[in-house]
Amino acid sequence: MAQQQQEVKLMKGNEVIAHAAIRFGCDAYFGYPITPQSEVMETLMELKPWETTGMVVLQAESEISSINMVYGAAATGKRVLTSSSSPGISLMAEGISYIAGAELPCLIVNCQRGGPGLGTIQPSQGDYFQACKGGGHGDYHLIVLAPNSVQEMHDFVKLGLDLAFKYRNPAMILADGAIGQMMEKVVLAPQQPRRTNEEIAAECKEWATYGKPADRKRNVVTSLELQSEAMEQINLRLNAKYRTMEENEVRYEAIECDDADYVLVAFGSSARICSATVEMARAEGLRVGLLRPITLYPFPTRPIAELAKRVKGFLSVELNAGQMVEDVRLAVNGAAPVEHYGRQGGMIYSPDEVLAALKQKLIKA
Amino acid sequence: MAEVEIKPENRVYGKSPLITDNVMHYCPGCSHGTVHKLVAEVIDEMGIAERTIGISPVGCAVFAYNYIDIDWIEAAHGRACAVATAVKRLHPENMVFTYQGDGDLSAIGTAETIHAAARGENIVAIYINNAIYGMTGGQMAPTTLIGMKTATTPYGRDPRLNGYPYKIAEMLTHLDGTAYITRQSVHTPANVRKCKRALRKAFETAMAGKGFSLVEVVSTCNSGWKMSPVAANRWLEENMLPFYPLGDIKCND
Amino acid sequence: MKETLIIAGFGGQGVLSMGKILAYSGVMQGFEVTWMPSYGPEMRGGTANVTVILSDRKISSPIAYEYDTAIILNQQSMDKFEAKVRPGGTLIYDTNGITHHPTRTDIHIYSINATEESAKLGNTKLFNTMILGGYLKVCPVVTMENVKLGLKKSLPERAWKMLPENEKAILHGAEIIHQIR
Repeated sequence: MAQQQQEVKLMKGNEVIAHAAIRFGCDAYFGYPITPQSEVMETLMELKPWETTGMVVLQAESEISSINMVYGAAATGKRVLTSSSSPGISLMAEGISYIAGAELPCLIVNCQRGGPGLGTIQPSQGDYFQACKGGGHGDYHLIVLAPNSVQEMHDFVKLGLDLAFKYRNPAMILADGAIGQMMEKVVLAPQQPRRTNEEIAAECKEWATYGKPADRKRNVVTSLELQSEAMEQINLRLNAKYRTMEENEVRYEAIECDDADYVLVAFGSSARICSATVEMARAEGLRVGLLRPITLYPFPTRPIAELAKRVKGFLSVELNAGQMVEDVRLAVNGAAPVEHYGRQGGMIYSPDEVLAALKQKLIKA
Repeated sequence: MAEVEIKPENRVYGKSPLITDNVMHYCPGCSHGTVHKLVAEVIDEMGIAERTIGISPVGCAVFAYNYIDIDWIEAAHGRACAVATAVKRLHPENMVFTYQGDGDLSAIGTAETIHAAARGENIVAIYINNAIYGMTGGQMAPTTLIGMKTATTPYGRDPRLNGYPYKIAEMLTHLDGTAYITRQSVHTPANVRKCKRALRKAFETAMAGKGFSLVEVVSTCNSGWKMSPVAANRWLEENMLPFYPLGDIKCND
Repeated sequence: MKETLIIAGFGGQGVLSMGKILAYSGVMQGFEVTWMPSYGPEMRGGTANVTVILSDRKISSPIAYEYDTAIILNQQSMDKFEAKVRPGGTLIYDTNGITHHPTRTDIHIYSINATEESAKLGNTKLFNTMILGGYLKVCPVVTMENVKLGLKKSLPERAWKMLPENEKAILHGAEIIHQIR
């Protein structure tokens, strides 16, 4: 019976971000068009959620403006998101740093394309460093989720915002042009109500700036602290928060890793391709597994370190010149060989190319 | 020190209840303190303190949140109007204003200012124009007058090298989204009173949903200008006001 | 059951929407589906292609290295994708504008002249559903009933008045496709 009540649609990854934002009760979306993710705002504008849930949707004059609108909306305790693609995320970097510094919750979707510079509009995973190692200035981390299906694009809108509010920290969905443009079946969540101003006031009373009632002190959202001693305390508090995330929020999927001699490490669209590589390798009698980080930050360091005790090698498969491989190497810490295989410029490997690379770089070596 | 009892009938001046007891960091003679006082008074007199959200800039007024007892958001340099846009869209019943300097509003934040104005956001931008970057130590601003000496125009602003100053207030009048554009000053008591009336009108315009308002306040920066407060007020009158004339520039009623 | 299909041609030929109709038909049939397009400026008048996978199991990679079936609608796509049909697979092409015909002998080859036939019917917009009909005749991966449902699902409501014509075009396509090898 439950099956019949589910709302199953065929949808692009980008379109589903819009549907999920509405259905999970988001209060606002601010964005600026950029390929390959413009369908997010186009879909929102077509769905007109301001007439149903009251969600605000606004096309800003730049990504700089959209992220600062996100900052303003988040400062008042609202559930807010934006989306962009690589060059636009670079423009947002300053604002993201402010959001992290001011400890505001929000969701940023990066539907990556190839770079550097204007680059290409075809898919890439070249923004791993930017997403996971800062991107903007100062010591901070985003919570980074890597969906590998249209369904996860949908689900991670909720997960991302829930984690963002849990830790008062910006979260990012790090997708790519392939996931954004691909259509798959997706089960849409039932419509959930937006939180009322009263609920927000109750939940976010300590920090949100929705207008100062008589019964509390004024709230100030800022990342400024000119006294070094006090600023260091803020940094230490942020660091403690990041350690808690590393302890509690690591998510990953292990496919055929139990008896694996070789383990592919891949996220997002690469992980989909690599899961077919695993099938091909197993058909040939090769014991190959796949570890798919779902959270890129916090990174699944421990499960990789555990595997490193008994496998013959890791191949980090990424649509870039070798970024996540650094985190795999840190996790493996010399216990096993770690190699990287990648394509760039919007080129995508097929499952057989990944298998050939595995054989060439690790199995035959 | 003994408390001095003042009978209500003898009272001629009082600090707005919304001005906090924090010691202001502004230089003696700076216009910011006066404008802060006027903003606090307007909010208090309109009875909207619980509904007002201020957006402070990067610049000398970055700490505005320490002085007026309302909720504040400190924006990145230049982005105050974008921040205010979102807050107002999500809280249309609230009063949302930005408080920005000339570098913030009309150099690095030009795009955010113009587009918020063009969209007709129901917010007020309070624009402190003292023709210089105060906080970073007196560098050239987009509003620095021709010939004026600053840390980055040590021989005076030369249009061939540094371009011309511009008047964003007049530019904004051409946008359909703007409702009220005015230029004021606070260098004499009479001007202070006029400025307060302009602020009140701008706040009422925003609350009435008529569109974007800009209240420019031609201000002094006696530290940056390297003058005594009195000399700075005189210099403002003789040099700033001829180029930045006072009065309402656009008023949609 | 798993069918990995590429549809490739010019932007404007309805390549992506043909893929979408098929993908939605697959959903109606209860299959897992993926629809993976080429996108961007190359869609605007240049070549466009879409990979559609229908499967009764979870689909691992939405990106394929060889295809069970290729539907080829221009010469550039023929040059690119003829070699990517798996041995024993199927290649369907519209002969219009094709100067170098397929040469492989280890695959099934069909041709369909939907360009001309849709022009004869006075509605070149039916081109892609006619091709789809030809494909479904050769590879009946989904039932006609589910194709009708998929067609309806993939069209916006304002275009539903076009449904009967498109259904006829599907049937007509099935009649005019013929095997070359």
